[in-house]
Amino acid sequence: MRLVKPYGDTMNDGKVQLSFALPIEWSEAADEAARQLVAKMGFIDVQVVEGRSIATGFSTFVVYASTPQSIDADAVKAPSAKTHAMSMDEIDAYVRDHLGRKIRIAGACIGTDAHTVGIDAILSMKGYKGDYGLERYHMFETFNLGSQVAVEDFVRFAKDHAIDAMLASQVVTQKGSDLKNFTSLVELLEAEGLRDRIVLICGGPRVNNLMASELGYDAGFGRGTVPSEVAAFVATSLAGMVRAGR
Amino acid sequence: MELRIDTALVIRCRELAAAITSPVSDFIAAHSTVAVERSVLRLLGVDGVGPDEIPVPNLIVDALVHEDRARGVALSFAKALAETGLDPRALGEAIAAGRVTVAQFATVPDEAARGAMRPFVDAALARVRANRAERDARLAELPQLPPPLLYVIVASGNIYEDRTAAVAAAEAGAQIIAVIRSTGQSLLDFVPFGPTTEGFGGTYATQENFRIVREALDEVSERLGRYVMLTNYASGLCMPEIATMAALERLDMLLNDSMYGILFRDINMKRTFIDQHFSRMLNAYSGIIINTGEDNYLTTADAVEQAPAVLASQFINEEFAHRAGMPDRQIGLGDAYEISPDLEDGFLYQVAQAQLARQVFPNAPLKYMPPTKHMTGDIFKGHLIDAMFNLTSVMTHQTIHLCGMLTEAIHTPFLADRALSIENARYIMNTARHFGEEISFKPNGIVERRAQAVLADCAALLERVADLGLMHAIEAAVFADVSRPPDGGRGFDGVFARADDYWNPFEEALLYAAR
Repeated sequence: MRLVKPYGDTMNDGKVQLSFALPIEWSEAADEAARQLVAKMGFIDVQVVEGRSIATGFSTFVVYASTPQSIDADAVKAPSAKTHAMSMDEIDAYVRDHLGRKIRIAGACIGTDAHTVGIDAILSMKGYKGDYGLERYHMFETFNLGSQVAVEDFVRFAKDHAIDAMLASQVVTQKGSDLKNFTSLVELLEAEGLRDRIVLICGGPRVNNLMASELGYDAGFGRGTVPSEVAAFVATSLAGMVRAGR
Repeated sequence: MELRIDTALVIRCRELAAAITSPVSDFIAAHSTVAVERSVLRLLGVDGVGPDEIPVPNLIVDALVHEDRARGVALSFAKALAETGLDPRALGEAIAAGRVTVAQFATVPDEAARGAMRPFVDAALARVRANRAERDARLAELPQLPPPLLYVIVASGNIYEDRTAAVAAAEAGAQIIAVIRSTGQSLLDFVPFGPTTEGFGGTYATQENFRIVREALDEVSERLGRYVMLTNYASGLCMPEIATMAALERLDMLLNDSMYGILFRDINMKRTFIDQHFSRMLNAYSGIIINTGEDNYLTTADAVEQAPAVLASQFINEEFAHRAGMPDRQIGLGDAYEISPDLEDGFLYQVAQAQLARQVFPNAPLKYMPPTKHMTGDIFKGHLIDAMFNLTSVMTHQTIHLCGMLTEAIHTPFLADRALSIENARYIMNTARHFGEEISFKPNGIVERRAQAVLADCAALLERVADLGLMHAIEAAVFADVSRPPDGGRGFDGVFARADDYWNPFEEALLYAAR
């Protein structure tokens, strides 16, 4: 048990900063409205330190306040998929030893998403943050299908090319489009009877591993992920599947 | 603040750009596309949708037999106009309703058809000219603030929310509003119809959506005493149709690149070259400033390495635009602030690139794009990076300034994000307004050497493209490490060779006007 609160400058002061807009003209009453609204959120010691008009009928506020809430940091679990840190050479050696063949991995930005920055960071030769992409690995055969790939086409590709691992990327999250696309990919793989023999991974700036497992993925990788983290997960997962006889 | 650069090398780059685009121009002149033909119908006033929400211009062009399509849709449609006596819109509706087909009027003599078409062509061009005159009059009456012109995007998916956001942004200081398109629209081979309230990562470009935001911006322009510009995206498979709608609804700018769709959307290169040419002829006539998309080279690959490709693309875009009759003042060549914030002296490289573009294209309204690739969830750092971008823009005299958003990597901008972003730009640009005039670069220092190296590498790159030919160079992945085959990609089936008696009355008129 380790109860914690936000830390301003004193243990347990519970200090948080908030900023938001309200669809009202700015006035002193608007500042007061902002203060009362934050108090209704459950905060105490609410101070509106900035309030001003940003357009006709819109005001913006910066607010400092304290929360009476705390959290037991020890009781929170969010399993990470980044558990087997290995270098590119170590991963290639691991795949040679445990699988004895190349891993076939396909990545795509699914649905109408045109933002390939994430998938390119993981798959392209160059990689990300000095960590080489999967195209550079000896023991990965990489297929980057690019942007705006229909879920049906992605699944057909996986089937036709005997893909071991699929990497679905979503950057655009407006109105839940990412969740819909991720979900439809899982459902289609299950309908095709492919789900159990593929390592299924989702990625994107708003993705985390907990959300991914809830959606039915083997792992989810969010912002800051480097290619070797994905490669290590795929390699160890496939080795596990082989051991389990799948 | 002038960089010492090899002006002979700049001249050489322009010669190379001319050599690179010349054979492509010959190809363009011998071909047309379904999108160009649909634009002809849209200019005439054909609009609306038929069964299954298919736009009427698509219905008409898709129904043409091969030989008729090769002569241009104008002739077949003109024969129907001559025989029915209907105006273009009414004729389009009659065709959509299945009451008539253009094929049934094949025996009408060509000359009678052309004569029947003439007044409608004149009326369409008169409307475009009137829009241009109205823009000029409004700009004279409601002058803009000095550049860099602050440009922000609205992208809710719902055109009515976009209207609210556009007006709010204008009040906060925005001078250009872009309604970002729904993320899949560039790959649609038709333009949706009517006002739209559903989209992903943006709002569909439709003629009615253009009208709604234009009307709101005209109102707020009058209230603020300064003209607020509207822009959209003439890219993708409907490039010339978007340019047509923009001309008819008085948009002021359009994203319109000669190669972006090929490289980054896998749209067929022949389709793109033909479509960009007709789009730009029309943009030249309607007074619309184009924005080119060089920022994409930097977001998909390393920004330091790709700098020569950006400059090379700017030369090629400039030359294609000149060939379509565009004057320099309408050619908004693009660049972006995308070098990693972790790189020592990265700011110096950014200044070098921005100033180089300013000197090489002195009369172009350069478009400067904000950092996006290195923006994270750390909005505080993001706001700082945006400030350095703003400083670079004002000191190197960029013209069209896309305001960076502190929430760039998180969501399409909230109303308050946009206000913060504009406030950042206004602060920096006011406090450093004449900084660029007050300083000079150290001779042979880091900035100058970087600019010279980029120019030299650009010339070498253009030499290679000229040797290979543009289409083969793209196939050889010379640009952005992306390879596209000449006959691959989306929309190739909509490209066709012109018959000897191909007729596009708007192309004729625009060519005449450009002389």
